[in-house]
Amino acid sequence: MISIDLNLFATLRAFLPDAPKTMTVSQGTCVMDLVTTIGIPEEDVKLIFINGKRELLSYVLKDNDRVGIFPPVGGG
Amino acid sequence: MKTPVLSRYARNFQSISLEEQESLASARVCVVGLGGLGGGVVEMLTRIGVGTLDLVDGDCFDETNLNRQLLSSEKDLGVPKAQVARERVVAINSTVNVNAFNAFLNRENAQEIMGNAQVVVDCLDSIAHRFLLQELAQTQNIPLVSGAIAGTAGQVTVIYPGDLGFQLIYGDSDDNKGSGIEQQLGNLAHCALLVASLQSSEVIKVLLGWGEILRNRLLICDLMTNSFEVMQLV
Repeated sequence: MISIDLNLFATLRAFLPDAPKTMTVSQGTCVMDLVTTIGIPEEDVKLIFINGKRELLSYVLKDNDRVGIFPPVGGG
Repeated sequence: MKTPVLSRYARNFQSISLEEQESLASARVCVVGLGGLGGGVVEMLTRIGVGTLDLVDGDCFDETNLNRQLLSSEKDLGVPKAQVARERVVAINSTVNVNAFNAFLNRENAQEIMGNAQVVVDCLDSIAHRFLLQELAQTQNIPLVSGAIAGTAGQVTVIYPGDLGFQLIYGDSDDNKGSGIEQQLGNLAHCALLVASLQSSEVIKVLLGWGEILRNRLLICDLMTNSFEVMQLV
């Protein structure tokens, strides 16, 4: 198992309202697997940042990764 | 180079040199969208002394704007936003040249409306229109300072000609529904004006060559958790 720091933004916070920021996942878990496990619809995931850098759903998580997931924001 | 009125900018001069103030007075910025973001951006660029503002919006004010849009007021419901914006600029700073366009930007009028600007500011309210604005700004070879809000969340980036820009943020334009989570969360005054401030800061930095520009980076803030992060897009 590996440990990650998960930050969900705006509407996505509702998917893990009481979760601790740190969670453990299996070795080899990609961001798509994580999104599916949490139950976030794929179309709500617009941006994924790992350690402050944009990555794709296929990114395979590493121990101590800081994961940020953002929905689309377009208002003015 | 235009010489600014010195007493007006007295409180600027500890942070902005006279030469920089003159550069701002000679600068021209186009603000596209005069709602929650645009109203704040127009106010700040006018006060800091950007010499020429091209202001674009084809909408009129309605009651749903009053919760957040700085230019809106009960007496101006039904009045074109571009007209109110022009009146506001003139009332604050009569040294600013203001061109108000009561129209929506499109491929046909883009050259006329924004062709002379050094910076374009994206204050639009839909993802689909942002892609069009990026295309138009890049065709005109003008940097674009973009902001977007939803509820207590906001984001800002700067897109130069040749950059992938919104494709890095929203994916392919065809994959988007046109709007984002603002459809669920609405838009709040304090968040709109915060993001408008961040946009205005980036405009000034681009014009004066100051500091670190948010090019190929996205500043994301969420006021619910007081988080401000700058993410690397490439």
